[in-house]
Amino acid sequence: MSRHVVLIEDEPNIAEAIRFLLTRDGWSVDVHGDGSDAVEVIQTANPDLVILDLMLPGKSGLEVIQELRLVEEMQPLPVLMLTARGQLKDREMAEKAGVTRFMTKPFSNSEVLTAVRDLYAQAYQDLRPATAQDAAQ
Amino acid sequence: MASLNVLALVCLGYVALLFFVAFLADRRAARGQSAAWMRSPLIYTLSLSIYCTAWTFYGAVGYAARSGLEFLTIYLGPTLVMVGWWWGLRKLVRVGRSQRVTSIADLLSARYGKSNALAIGVTVLAVIGITPYISLQLQSITLSFAIFAEADPLRSYHETTTVFWVTAGLAIFAILFGTRNLNANERHHGVVTAVALEAVVKLVALLAVGIFVVWGLSDGVSETLARIDASRIGDWRVDGGRWATITFLSAAAFVCLPRMFQVMVVENEDERHLRVAAWAFPLYLLLISMFVVPIAAIGLELLPAGSNPDLFVLTVPLSQGQQGLAVLSFLGGFSSATSMVIVAAMALSTMVSNHMVMPIWLHLQGGEGASVSGDVRNVVLFARRISIAVILGLGYFYYKLSGGGAALAAVGLISFAGISQMLPALVGGLFWRGATRTGALSGLTVGFAIWVYTMLLPALGGGLLPDHILAEGLFGLSWLRPQALFGIEGLDSTVHAVLWSMSLNAVVFCVVSLMTFPSPIERLQGAQFVNVFEHSSGPRGWTGSVAQSEDLMVMSQRILGATEAQAFFHRELARQGGRGTLPEPTPAFLQRLERELGASIGAAAAHAMIGQIVGGSSVSVQDLLAVADETAQMLEYSNQLEEQSAELSRTARQLRVSNEKLTQISQQKDAFLSQVSHELRTPMTSIRAFSEILRDDGDMPLAEKTRYATIIHDEALRLTRLLNDLLDLSVLESGQVSLNMSAGTLKEVMDHAVSTALAGSDHPIEVIRDRKTEDIRISSDLDRLAQVFINLIANAQKYCDADSAELTIRVTCALGEIWIDFTDNGSGVPLDHQQLIFEKFSRVSPERAGGAGLGLAICREIMQRLEGDICYLLGQKGGSFRISLPIERKILSGTGF
Repeated sequence: MSRHVVLIEDEPNIAEAIRFLLTRDGWSVDVHGDGSDAVEVIQTANPDLVILDLMLPGKSGLEVIQELRLVEEMQPLPVLMLTARGQLKDREMAEKAGVTRFMTKPFSNSEVLTAVRDLYAQAYQDLRPATAQDAAQ
Repeated sequence: MASLNVLALVCLGYVALLFFVAFLADRRAARGQSAAWMRSPLIYTLSLSIYCTAWTFYGAVGYAARSGLEFLTIYLGPTLVMVGWWWGLRKLVRVGRSQRVTSIADLLSARYGKSNALAIGVTVLAVIGITPYISLQLQSITLSFAIFAEADPLRSYHETTTVFWVTAGLAIFAILFGTRNLNANERHHGVVTAVALEAVVKLVALLAVGIFVVWGLSDGVSETLARIDASRIGDWRVDGGRWATITFLSAAAFVCLPRMFQVMVVENEDERHLRVAAWAFPLYLLLISMFVVPIAAIGLELLPAGSNPDLFVLTVPLSQGQQGLAVLSFLGGFSSATSMVIVAAMALSTMVSNHMVMPIWLHLQGGEGASVSGDVRNVVLFARRISIAVILGLGYFYYKLSGGGAALAAVGLISFAGISQMLPALVGGLFWRGATRTGALSGLTVGFAIWVYTMLLPALGGGLLPDHILAEGLFGLSWLRPQALFGIEGLDSTVHAVLWSMSLNAVVFCVVSLMTFPSPIERLQGAQFVNVFEHSSGPRGWTGSVAQSEDLMVMSQRILGATEAQAFFHRELARQGGRGTLPEPTPAFLQRLERELGASIGAAAAHAMIGQIVGGSSVSVQDLLAVADETAQMLEYSNQLEEQSAELSRTARQLRVSNEKLTQISQQKDAFLSQVSHELRTPMTSIRAFSEILRDDGDMPLAEKTRYATIIHDEALRLTRLLNDLLDLSVLESGQVSLNMSAGTLKEVMDHAVSTALAGSDHPIEVIRDRKTEDIRISSDLDRLAQVFINLIANAQKYCDADSAELTIRVTCALGEIWIDFTDNGSGVPLDHQQLIFEKFSRVSPERAGGAGLGLAICREIMQRLEGDICYLLGQKGGSFRISLPIERKILSGTGF
């Protein structure tokens, strides 16, 4: 079963780029371009990881993550937030709201891939057998 | 008939009695066991009655016989002061006590910066002013002796000899009474008690004569009244000017006379005594004036024409053979004269010795005078005794000079007018902090000079003032005639003199005070005087770090006497905590010592003496200014502070407003930058991501490669547009845009705009125009106008959500403007966005429309530059914008209209 990511991004070209990168890396990607029903989309899809844009039509990425974290099953879900507004204030607010990692646009493709792999590894290493973890170290 | 010998014996006996009373009172006061009655307000009230001198005793009857009820004004003035101005007197007494002044000269000197020049001036004025008054007492005693002498055939009577001996006797009497000791607090309990006794004697004497006249010579009140009506006094006339002037004079003199100041302020035991005196003294005046008119009327009736009415009090009983009553009456007059002379001589000698002799003596002694050589006590006492002799001598010479013929009342008024010259400086000093020493001196000098010229010299006559000056004026200038100054004629001479001297005195005092600046010590003292009720403590005077306590002790012993000085130093030592043998010369101690010494030798002299020991210099100017600022200037200062704080809060308010504005601008700037950042990064992200993909994946299908390259291209265009818009907006907003004005028709501009907007667009829209109506000549920046049109058409293309999009462009001319409406058939701008669409980065549609949301903001800026406007039109079926342009004035309409 392939790893599943939900990408909430309203810029079609950026969404297309990320979809291309992650698909090639072995992910199945669902793209959604609107903030207002993003929480429901994520809950329904129940992905391994979420990539969330900050500035979205309908509802901002901050609101989406806050609502998402209120749902108990969604609390451990790793969320990578992307934003084109690179201010420190935005990063702080995002981390407070519960995003797992924060990334400023524009980014290099390898950065995105590394971040996504890291997040996935961190979130799911506990589920792996202890011996495998020891062997990795 | 009582012989002169008997009379002389009676006088001596009476004087002996007075001495005894005074001695007893002094001794009991010294032992601190003075009886309650001695300290009662009644004694104080009775002592005030030295206002009633021989002038009152004899002169009032004469005055009434000559001028009717006008004599009442002499009583009216003091009564008005006592009843209506007792709060002012209370202030005077409080100041006198808190500053421990010894005389009115001392008070004025202390008020005006401890100026000795002023003290000397006041002293000279007082001596000259009082001299006629003292001569008046001599005259009355001499006259009364003469009455008895006429009836004594056994003795030959020489008027000149009598006057001389009376003068000498009074001088000795005054010296013995007034300068027996130099009290630390300068209160003379003995003298005050004796004066009170004399007050009773003169009242009883006058009442006795009055009762004899009313019930003995006449048959009771009603008959007396009838006889008064029948006499000259019955048809009296009131001269308003004279009445007012004399009432004013007597009121002023009551406050300013040195002897009145002595008993009222210096000898005052307790401020509360004034409350009793406020009603009791007017009552005394009422009693003593009650029988004046009956005695005058009966005297005029009984005695032969030409008898001196000033002596009716004596001659009426004598003519009826009432020897005993006559002697009692003589004693009354004697009491009046002696009490006045004693107290006046005492007060004047204090002034002379403190302000004239002592400073000269200190100066002659050089720097070491106060502490080393000489016995100050003896010098002071000696100076006072000599002063008394000189003052009485002056009175004697005035009597000789004026010939002794003038009516008593006229002489008294001259004195009153002279002494009243102190009033402006005194009242000003008590109530006006702006009064300065220069002002006081100038006012006094001017008033004094006018008084001498218009009143004293003419009264003296006797060649002192040549007749031609009196008739033709000084230097032959008629407006300088002494009794018609500045050409004012027809006034009563007293009214004339008082009017000019007092008014010019007051005016000069005020004007010069306003023009001059008070010295620090004057300001300090001014505050102390004017606000005496707020200041319980005295002025700060000394900062004595180098003062030698021993030197101070030596000096104090000489002035206060050994016992008194040691007691004072002991008290001070105890107050400071009691270590050592002598108190430290702290400023507080020096200040109390100065006051203590001042009570004996006057404030200015005490200040000078301590100054010599402490180091010759007074306290620093800064120090004084600091105190002055701290204390009474607080009010002015706080007013200024209030103004300043009002100004500050105004400034603060302005600052707050501009700060809010700045904050707002700063927030807008932050928001703008954040928006710009977002708008730049977004296309950048796509470009970077796809260029990396194209670089890294060489084996990608060609179609995909082409698609991704197209995305990169589109996003690069988008970036370019954004940058262009930003630059455009920045230029427009900063106002640096240069408009390229040219003439053309609206139709041409619209043709260009429509074709540009529609070219290469993948959103088809049908543009509906009425080209006829567009045939209007306009003069504007046609390229900018076209830019606006293109923007509006492009917006309609992007946002019109109708199935077959249409844009209608309608042109109308109205109200001096051209309206160009762009209306599409879509759903329009939502109500809550209509206010926002012209703001930067405001995008209505959720879909990306390729713009950064700057288009309408740029349109608005352009239209404002072109003196037109752009707005969203309400009530249309779809989205609708109206452009308004001013119609060109020269060509109102094009060919189409």
